[in-house]
Amino acid sequence: MNTIQEMFQSWGMVERAVAFILLAPLAGGLIAGIDRRVSARFQGRYGPPVLQPFYDVFKLMQKQRILVNKFQNFNILLFLLFTVFSGALFFMGVDLLLTIFSLALAGTFFVLAGFCVGSPFSHLGAEREIIQQVAYEPMVILLAVGMYQVTGSFKVAEIAQFQAPLILYLPGVFAGFLYILTIKFRKSPFDLSMSHHAHQEIVRGMTTEFSGPALAVIEIAHWYENVMLLGMVYLFFGFNPWLGLGVALLTYLFEIFIDMNYARFKWQLTFGSSWLFTAVAGVSNIIVLGLMR
Amino acid sequence: MAWFKRSPWILHYNATSCNGCDIEVIVSLTPLYDVERFGIINTGNPKHADILAVTGSVNEKSRQVLINLYEQMPEPKVIMAVGLCAVSGCVFQDCYNVMGGVDKVLPVDVYVPGCAARPESIIDGMLKACEILEEKYANRNKREKGEEHE
Ligand code: SF4
Repeated sequence: MNTIQEMFQSWGMVERAVAFILLAPLAGGLIAGIDRRVSARFQGRYGPPVLQPFYDVFKLMQKQRILVNKFQNFNILLFLLFTVFSGALFFMGVDLLLTIFSLALAGTFFVLAGFCVGSPFSHLGAEREIIQQVAYEPMVILLAVGMYQVTGSFKVAEIAQFQAPLILYLPGVFAGFLYILTIKFRKSPFDLSMSHHAHQEIVRGMTTEFSGPALAVIEIAHWYENVMLLGMVYLFFGFNPWLGLGVALLTYLFEIFIDMNYARFKWQLTFGSSWLFTAVAGVSNIIVLGLMR
Repeated sequence: MAWFKRSPWILHYNATSCNGCDIEVIVSLTPLYDVERFGIINTGNPKHADILAVTGSVNEKSRQVLINLYEQMPEPKVIMAVGLCAVSGCVFQDCYNVMGGVDKVLPVDVYVPGCAARPESIIDGMLKACEILEEKYANRNKREKGEEHE
């Protein structure tokens, strides 16, 4: 592991970005496959093959391309581009804030893609996506603020190499981040706009007008995003790479567990509870840190 | 590679079924039969679907809906008639309001008989439909290549 880490650190920024762009979809797809398998087991089913998400994407690529209007594809491609961009920034080890903001920009393009078509279901999905964004965004920014307070730097590379365990300084921020991760991973109880389940319902609204390759692009962007978010979980345990990796995986399993055990919330509850949790866990953690200085 | 075989997504439409066949289609998703092991997902959106599974015979009211759904599906697509009603109209075929089986309106590719169709035969029909999907995809490619050469 240490050799892997040393190798990673010896790479230049461009090499790291290329490594992310090539490897993240593989890892993300594999995680999604394991997710579906584990979820099925939780429900007492056998579940699809682990490589199922790849099969789905390859199939979607082969389907006929149906466009409702030309802006639809434009927005979806920008969504993918900015998601990849922010992930690449993160793994290059540059500014955490820039990463977060470009991820928010990617989300904005996704919402625009939902709004640019005529279907009312798609509009409803896009509105729900906005509500979700407003719900999780404060906590993501608090994450950057908290890490800056402890390490004195916004640079991902420096935060990852910070020798003291970050989690001991930021337990509240970590808890808050876990809470909103459920939204970001699109898991129940917060999967209001693009659920992994319930393909017949309004919670699938966002993807109503996307078919074939465009749907594949959404899926791939989601993989990139997931890998990057797990990277953020890793930052809390950067002092010990093995622990970091282990906790990142455990986090994902935990999210699957939550996903399987909760009914979907209404948007009011989603929004209210995540802001409340952000305030209680995140903000108070940061205030305490400020007082300790 | 044969990706259609590995990830066929199904759209289920109830034309005028008595609900017997619908329940059997849904049953094939439950833990006992679990069609997701073949990568099959029950979507509610024609734009995501590869296979259109129709239950029940067609009448004047459901005809247009059926055609709309079919036209919104991206190529390649396959139609599966589930249950005797969808295959031929079953005991209702002489009713004044029933047009007959689904093939009176759309080109059906797979017929799954039974009243109600058993989940086992529905799953069998779905896997048959996958093969036809592959065939249609191959044919489409061939046609496109042929057009290029001309
Ligand atoms: S085939 Fe039988 S069970 Fe199926 S819809 Fe017709 S009458 Fe009902």
